[in-house]
Amino acid sequence: MTSLPKEAPLKRLGLVIDLDTCVGCHACAVSCKEWNTTGYHAPLPDSDPYGKDVDGVWLNRVHGYETDPELGGRTVYFPRSCLHCEDAPCVTVCPTGASYKRTEDGIVLVDQDICIGCKLCSWACPYGAREFDTDGGVMKKCTLCIDRIYNENLEEVDRQPACVSACPTKARHFGDFNDPASAVSQLTAERGGVELMPELGLKPTNRYLPPRPGATMGDGASLQDAPGADDGFLSWIDRVLSR
Amino acid sequence: MTIVDEGAAQDAGRVDLSPTVSDEVKFTTCYMCACRCGIKVHLRDGELRYIEGNRNHPVNRGVLCAKGSAGIMQHHSPARLSQPLLRVGERGSGEFKAIGWDEAMDLATSWLDPIRKEDPRKLAFFTGRDQSQALTGWWASQFGTPNHAAHGGFCSVNMAAAGLYSIGGSFWEFGEPDWDHCRYFMMFGVAEDHDSNPIKTGLANLKERGAKYVAVNPVRTGYAAIADEWLAVTPGSDGLLVLALVHELLRAGKVDLDYLARYTNAPWLVIEDPGADDDGLFARDGDGHPLCWDSSQNAAVNAMDSGISPSLKDRVTLPDGRAAVPVFHLLAERYLDGQYGPDAVADQTGISAATIRRIAGELAHAAFAEEVVLDVPWTDWAGRRHEQMIGRPVAIHAMRGISAHANGFQTCRALHLLQMLLGSIDVPGGFRFKAPFPKPAPPGLRPAGKPGDVVPGQPLGGPPLGFPQGPEDLLVEANGAPCRIDHAFSWEAPMSAHGMMHTVIANAWRGDPYPIDTLFMYMANMAWNSSMNTTDAMTMLTDKDPDSGEYKIPHIIYSDAFFSETVAYADLILPDTTYLERWDCISMLDRPISSADGPADAIRQPVLTPNRDVRPFQDVLLDLGARLGLPGLVDETGAARYPGGYPDYIANHERSPGVGSLAGWRGTDGGSHGKGEANPDQLARYVENECFWRDELAPGQRYFKHANKDYLEYAVKMGFIGAAEPVVLQLYTEALQRFRLAARGVGEQQPPQQHRKRIERFFDPLPIWYPPSAVDGTAAEDYPLHAISQRPAAMYHSWGSQNAWLRQIHTANRLYISERVAREQDIEDDGWAYLESRHGRIKAQVRVMAGVNDHTVWTWNAIGKRSGAWNLAADAPEAEKGFLLNHLIEDLLPPNQHGERLANADPITGQAAWFDLRVRITKAPVGVKASEPAFTALPLPPGLAPRPAILRYGARFASKKSKGGNT
Amino acid sequence: MQPAYSVIFLTTATGAGYGLLALLGILRAMGGLPDDRAFGLFGLGLAMALISAGLLASAAHLGRPERAWRAFSQWRSSWLSREGVLAVVGYGPAALFAFAWLVLQRNDGLWPLAGLAATVLSIATVYSTAMIYRSLAAIPRWHHPLVTPVYLVLALATGALWLNVVLIPFVDGHALSQAICLAAVAAAWLLKIAYWRAIDGATGQSSAATAIGLGHLGSVRPLDPHHVRDNYLLKEMGFAIARKHAARLRRLTHLTAFLVPLVLVLLQTVTSGPLSLAAASLAAVSVSFGVVIERWLFFAEAQHKVMLYYGAETI
Repeated sequence: MTSLPKEAPLKRLGLVIDLDTCVGCHACAVSCKEWNTTGYHAPLPDSDPYGKDVDGVWLNRVHGYETDPELGGRTVYFPRSCLHCEDAPCVTVCPTGASYKRTEDGIVLVDQDICIGCKLCSWACPYGAREFDTDGGVMKKCTLCIDRIYNENLEEVDRQPACVSACPTKARHFGDFNDPASAVSQLTAERGGVELMPELGLKPTNRYLPPRPGATMGDGASLQDAPGADDGFLSWIDRVLSR
Repeated sequence: MTIVDEGAAQDAGRVDLSPTVSDEVKFTTCYMCACRCGIKVHLRDGELRYIEGNRNHPVNRGVLCAKGSAGIMQHHSPARLSQPLLRVGERGSGEFKAIGWDEAMDLATSWLDPIRKEDPRKLAFFTGRDQSQALTGWWASQFGTPNHAAHGGFCSVNMAAAGLYSIGGSFWEFGEPDWDHCRYFMMFGVAEDHDSNPIKTGLANLKERGAKYVAVNPVRTGYAAIADEWLAVTPGSDGLLVLALVHELLRAGKVDLDYLARYTNAPWLVIEDPGADDDGLFARDGDGHPLCWDSSQNAAVNAMDSGISPSLKDRVTLPDGRAAVPVFHLLAERYLDGQYGPDAVADQTGISAATIRRIAGELAHAAFAEEVVLDVPWTDWAGRRHEQMIGRPVAIHAMRGISAHANGFQTCRALHLLQMLLGSIDVPGGFRFKAPFPKPAPPGLRPAGKPGDVVPGQPLGGPPLGFPQGPEDLLVEANGAPCRIDHAFSWEAPMSAHGMMHTVIANAWRGDPYPIDTLFMYMANMAWNSSMNTTDAMTMLTDKDPDSGEYKIPHIIYSDAFFSETVAYADLILPDTTYLERWDCISMLDRPISSADGPADAIRQPVLTPNRDVRPFQDVLLDLGARLGLPGLVDETGAARYPGGYPDYIANHERSPGVGSLAGWRGTDGGSHGKGEANPDQLARYVENECFWRDELAPGQRYFKHANKDYLEYAVKMGFIGAAEPVVLQLYTEALQRFRLAARGVGEQQPPQQHRKRIERFFDPLPIWYPPSAVDGTAAEDYPLHAISQRPAAMYHSWGSQNAWLRQIHTANRLYISERVAREQDIEDDGWAYLESRHGRIKAQVRVMAGVNDHTVWTWNAIGKRSGAWNLAADAPEAEKGFLLNHLIEDLLPPNQHGERLANADPITGQAAWFDLRVRITKAPVGVKASEPAFTALPLPPGLAPRPAILRYGARFASKKSKGGNT
Repeated sequence: MQPAYSVIFLTTATGAGYGLLALLGILRAMGGLPDDRAFGLFGLGLAMALISAGLLASAAHLGRPERAWRAFSQWRSSWLSREGVLAVVGYGPAALFAFAWLVLQRNDGLWPLAGLAATVLSIATVYSTAMIYRSLAAIPRWHHPLVTPVYLVLALATGALWLNVVLIPFVDGHALSQAICLAAVAAAWLLKIAYWRAIDGATGQSSAATAIGLGHLGSVRPLDPHHVRDNYLLKEMGFAIARKHAARLRRLTHLTAFLVPLVLVLLQTVTSGPLSLAAASLAAVSVSFGVVIERWLFFAEAQHKVMLYYGAETI
């Protein structure tokens, strides 16, 4: 049903992505590709894979940006994937019900068996979360690893999205935003996690943590000369040392 | 017409929440770079399903980077070689025929056997990105040739050697910051191919704890992007920056005197007797112990004693009446001079004097006002108990960015000097050694290969690589000419501890110092990105002697897993397996995976069986050695000593009694760790333990390892070091002075005249800084910009373009330039430019960026590929838009005043000076939008799988419930 | 947005078809059209041909056309689904309308209701089509109040101009038809001018900085993309047209979709016979050509917010 769930989902699962520690290594993007091409969205094709116009379906992309030099200037790496919006337009525009938001946990999925490949959902998503598999004729997107997070064939500690497990800088966190004690809720509160393009009113679930203000050390002053600088070379070495 | 109900019913049954993940799981070690993370490989129906990090593994603890996660595509690349190949056309034409292994091995044996019997030096055996140097170096010794090294000489030997000579360990894989306790971390020029996952995890740890992280790097990408402060240092000037920090600390008296007195050679007395044979060497007593001045006794005493009161300052008179001065006093005199002041170095380094002063203040604050105290008792080398471990929590890490310069050795020594002054080596919060380090500084191993060491039919009698301490250790003829084909350990590069692979092709071509017969290479893309001056390298490999019509390098054997550019230049190709198809060991004898809290090593086990006629290179090497009858590789009857191949060797070979490739589960019962008899079952024990072994140091062993009795005794027991003696950290490197003295005319072994001035200038026993142009003579006015490269996070050297997933991220590379340069040259983003050096010219597409040193241009390393190589389409962007800086870099400098062409390298270690490249840039006229130079496309060798038009990896795993839309 | 020719053909053809059908329905109910079976056949035939061809073309745009039947289920939330349902349902009244006119030859009693129903459903279908675009907040130039009126009035105008042509063999100078043409074309022209003025003057509500959540860091510029070659997003959403080229095409639209048809219909009002037929025919052809250009520009000038991640500064 592409109507959004009438009641708010019991759980609001999503990701927190930390732009303060993301170094742009693409671990999340490739582990996602790897998991999903053999998983829920098997396959995620790559056309012309060894040629000029290589074009693959990915569910998570990591961009690199530079910000305004006048305001300090940074290099920022930005992983982009589905934000599992509360008011997901990609769900309501779908004519077949293939694109739907789960009532249990708010995850937005594409049902591969009924998608007709009209692409309207990808037009509706301002975040570019959906990529079309031209070969298969259906739309694909982040599943929040629906096939991992409840998977009883995995140990509990592994029941996380692949991207979260893979990230070497702990820049990705997974959890229930309805639970104030969850890591995602606490990080959002402590670090001021933001929505992307809030002006569109889509109420994205995922939050991005802005870079922390830089750590400092000391008071920024230059060092003073060692005491007794006028009393001879290295006069400040004035005690007996021992070995 | 289906109307789906609202409510929870819509969810039920739509998704299989517990699909099968895999039907088999195997652990092994990743090989997508030099980090050696532990991986868990999921298989389904015998196919690769998913590769993830092993959460129990000490290196990565479950995380895995992009490269590791792309292992499936590395394994399934259509660039995989599938059978041995014999060249049938001209070299470089890429024309081969497939042959069987028997024929290949017979041929290789037929080439190498006569060499061994006549002149083993005619075999030049060099390996590249492999991680089996403990085997290959030993094999070369058994063969009897000194002409062996791995690729360290053009990678990071400066960093490794500077560390090993100074502090008995180094950065790289031999040390790590104390991520848990560090308060201030400075990272100099580190890219993402070594130790990358632990570094990433560690950086996140620092940021969480609010420690300050400063990145010193001309480029602000990757790690530097998340630094709290980025210092856009001018390439090659880091040493000057560091010495300016040293200047400030000395001026303020912010140095750890106690640490210096206890753990370093700061108090050792240096003889000041100009003209004497031992001028500038340490004053020593009759037993050879260095002397220091005891300020309580007011006399010279054995500096190695405990209970003394060493003085760090003031000139003294030795018992023999000569003047001497403590090392610390000398270095203070030097670095307090105005030439090392922040104002003097600001222009050269690109860092303002105010910033340098502030950073020095921050270092001092972190070190002295934010001590870390651990309530952990420990016992020092003299048996004295200390109740706490107190540390100055400043950590430094450095890699190729400071190493790949002609001043890299001295620069890295300057870093270690800074660390020692701050008292931050192997203390809580500082830099920490990883087992088997620390080892004695300077290291004791000497290279074999002197005249007389090489005897036809005999092993070399020692390792081909080592650490010369003076002229007597050099591998030179009586007239001072080099003994090795790469000129390593000669007066051109006396302390070239990792060899000089980058000079082999040119020297072999010139027959300097002698022609060779066979060049045998493994995993080294010498005809492309692993050479400087690539174009000439390709020419030299195919050049023939005009008189004989033979190739100047008669035989080339190459082993690799993939169809790289170098394949076309070999005569015999021995195809390797992928890392998922082999046994391997990550050994304490080479570069293990230890952490600072304990030693660790690991293996690889075959996860898949090869479906083509390939063999693991190490098996091939052992087989070849047996066929040649090399002593260590055959038993008394002449049969192969390790008939089981590499796994047999790993478990059963003992390098010295009780010491083998792997430290875990030794002994006949598998109950010994470190040292013990060979355990034939050892690999099974590793496999049971997820393919790694680790031991955990007791808390009292974890810091001050260089002076920690419990640790040193443990290290002896484990076979890391010979005796439980403290490692004294060397501020002053005496070996350098010995070479200098020889240049002044002291001793029997003296450098030829043409090397004397260089050695006098550069072999300073205390760190100095000189501009790279002092070595390579480039004129800054002609070539005002620096050009460097970095390894990207998602590719390792050239090893990513054959990977369908990774190549989408780096399909081509750009030349990154600063906004200032873009404005000055009127070059726009996405425009094209010519980049010109003294040596050549290339054309590349530009990206303008803000986060780069104003005078630096850079690109990602090794992305540019030759058309056709790696089984990519001939018009792949890697070939048409991608480019290499290598074409601009000289491998040999222009002829000097003596008519000699010295290597474009650090004069001390021979490290290839990649990042000294100086260029100028001009806008390219609008024209063909392709990079230059371009080369003729390489044809595919036989046996490569055809390139598919589309990859649908995983389609077979699509569940019946959700057919994935692709049925 | 990448102009998809199947979608352009879909919306212009169905627009004209539904406009024609709607006019046939209401005008016949008012008694303002010739009763001829032949006229009915040509008119309804043309309308249904245009509608059906357009709908078939839209199925070709699908990744899985064999599943197209599934698109009728989500009419409660999806404008695309509603369009499909309405289009299919609309065949009912249209068939009845045709039956009454062409078979029974009756227009009395309740029979006009069939035509009126066809009119209502035609308007509703075109409205749904427009709402598919109008409802997409991710594409501001489609998410504009004028989009729906433009669609509706252009459908009316194109339908009217074809009605005008079909009438000629049956009525010499149908004043009402000509008046509707002039009014519809003029109204469409004014709406289109207003729309273009509005989008040209609009400032983007989202910036690259708000797209990555770092508005406080100022401007944002791409350094390294995730992928060097184009991916689906860039191919589908990254189409951009140079302002000069767009301006040329707008002028062409002004000319062929509005000015020329107006002039020709005016000409038609003061002529008769073959000249009148020629003017009317050319007007219909011109508007059809023009509306294709208009629709192409509607796609080409549309910017999708995802391009903020790929270098656009504001959208």
